[in-house]
Amino acid sequence: MLRLSDVVTYYGSLRALNGVTLEVRQGEIVCLLGGNASGKSTTMKTILGMVRPRAGRVEFEGQRIDHLPTEAVVRRGISLVPEARRIFGRMTVWENLLMGSLVRRGAPAPEVAQDLERVYLLFPRLRERAQQRGGTLSGGEQQMLAIGRALMARPRLLLMDEPSMGLAPALVDQVFDIIQTINRQGTTILVVEQNAAVALGIASRGYVLQNGRIVVHDTAETLLRADHIRRAYLGEN
Amino acid sequence: MEVLQILPQQLVFGLALGTVYGLIALGYTMVYGVLFMINFAHGDVFMIGSYLGWGVLAALINVHVVGLHPIWVVPLMLGIAMVGAGLLGAGLERFAYRPLYLRGATRLGPLISAVGASLFLQNAVMLTQGARMKVYMTNLLFPRTWRIQVGRVNVSVLVLVMMGVALLMMWGLHLVVQRTTLGRSIRAVAEDREMAAIVGVNVRRVIATTFFLGSALGGAGGVLVGLYYTQIDFFMGYSAGLKAFTAAVLGGIGNIRGAMLGGLVLGIVESLAVTFVNPAFKDVIAFAILILTLVFRPTGLLGESLPDWEKV
Repeated sequence: MLRLSDVVTYYGSLRALNGVTLEVRQGEIVCLLGGNASGKSTTMKTILGMVRPRAGRVEFEGQRIDHLPTEAVVRRGISLVPEARRIFGRMTVWENLLMGSLVRRGAPAPEVAQDLERVYLLFPRLRERAQQRGGTLSGGEQQMLAIGRALMARPRLLLMDEPSMGLAPALVDQVFDIIQTINRQGTTILVVEQNAAVALGIASRGYVLQNGRIVVHDTAETLLRADHIRRAYLGEN
Repeated sequence: MEVLQILPQQLVFGLALGTVYGLIALGYTMVYGVLFMINFAHGDVFMIGSYLGWGVLAALINVHVVGLHPIWVVPLMLGIAMVGAGLLGAGLERFAYRPLYLRGATRLGPLISAVGASLFLQNAVMLTQGARMKVYMTNLLFPRTWRIQVGRVNVSVLVLVMMGVALLMMWGLHLVVQRTTLGRSIRAVAEDREMAAIVGVNVRRVIATTFFLGSALGGAGGVLVGLYYTQIDFFMGYSAGLKAFTAAVLGGIGNIRGAMLGGLVLGIVESLAVTFVNPAFKDVIAFAILILTLVFRPTGLLGESLPDWEKV
């Protein structure tokens, strides 16, 4: 579904990605692991066209997307739940969700209402706070809103950048449960995480990034069991 | 006391003037909201709106149209001025600002380009229309005898029309910004441009549309000011633009309701200054307000709605 081949991305003169190759197949949850500054977020930005790769190609459903502006990539069916959530704090929860459905401009109103209902069923909290400003929500609620907003686009591929960041452990489990639910409902997911154990717990495969390169690639099960990998690359003890 | 007799009159006039300032201020504040730049050419877009309205009225008079009545002439003037000014604003964005911000110029780049655009527009109008004043034949539309007694206040119909048109447009803009997809997209771009693109907003188009809307309102302001003061020239955008900019800063630049409020406050303060101090000090007081705002409350009256990056 998504394929990156030898992608090289620079920030100015700094090489952030140094030949990244990875693949996400239809229906999977794939996780991309790595420490700080390993290139995880840059990979996300490159997929979305927020930074342009200098070399290599990004393909989605068989077509190159690495030359497209971000809004065109999103329209093809890729949504992002960004790092630090980045909800629109001055808009109401409901307006934030409507912004998510923007790429489906022209979709009949009942369909949008149906999508809204789906989000509200996943996150009943958001229904209660529909008319509240996004900025007044707690961190966990904002994460729910960011996920809900991304789902409103009916993405075929959902990118999630550090969904557990800044959340209490109980909330982390809850968020990852919901990621699994979303996947079972038919959305393919690529999740970037520092919290390897939790992410591998729900993923089918995992890639480990270090210094802008994929250094390990295996099934989630194997990665979870391979203590030496976790120690070497993921900074765990 | 004589002053107390003319005070209500002056207040009504201040309100009318204030709504028009607010209308022009919206152009500054909307553009600032999405692009963080002060469009110094906005006053000149307003001036060209005024010329367009004048052109419509003069043409109608020249061909001896019978039955000139404000009920259709004013909307026609406003319509043409707004479309023309709107397209001009969008054109400025496309050719004077976008090439700069796309190439990652500092924020100073578009700003200087705006000053250049301002000089260009002033000189273009001076060279094509002449440096002499143009006269709005307002009294053919609104005879001097059209006045209404409201309580103790005697106001001309023209002032009421000015205020009504300006308020109607602000209300319209409010509806667009709060209730429509376009409005939500504008707010999204203002709050977090990158995230707006991630949810699929065509950021460039939204910025161009914002320029169109703000400039169209400025053009409408030009027609109203022309109708009221009856004399316009190529330099009128300079002082009117500065006043409207003051209103935008006073209300909190980037904040749409702030621009409306700032305009009203400025209009009323000015009319009070004329009544109680000395008409000659009108501009001194207006710009003293700008300076005091910048010193003591740089975020303006409704400043809490400034973009987040500004607070950091």
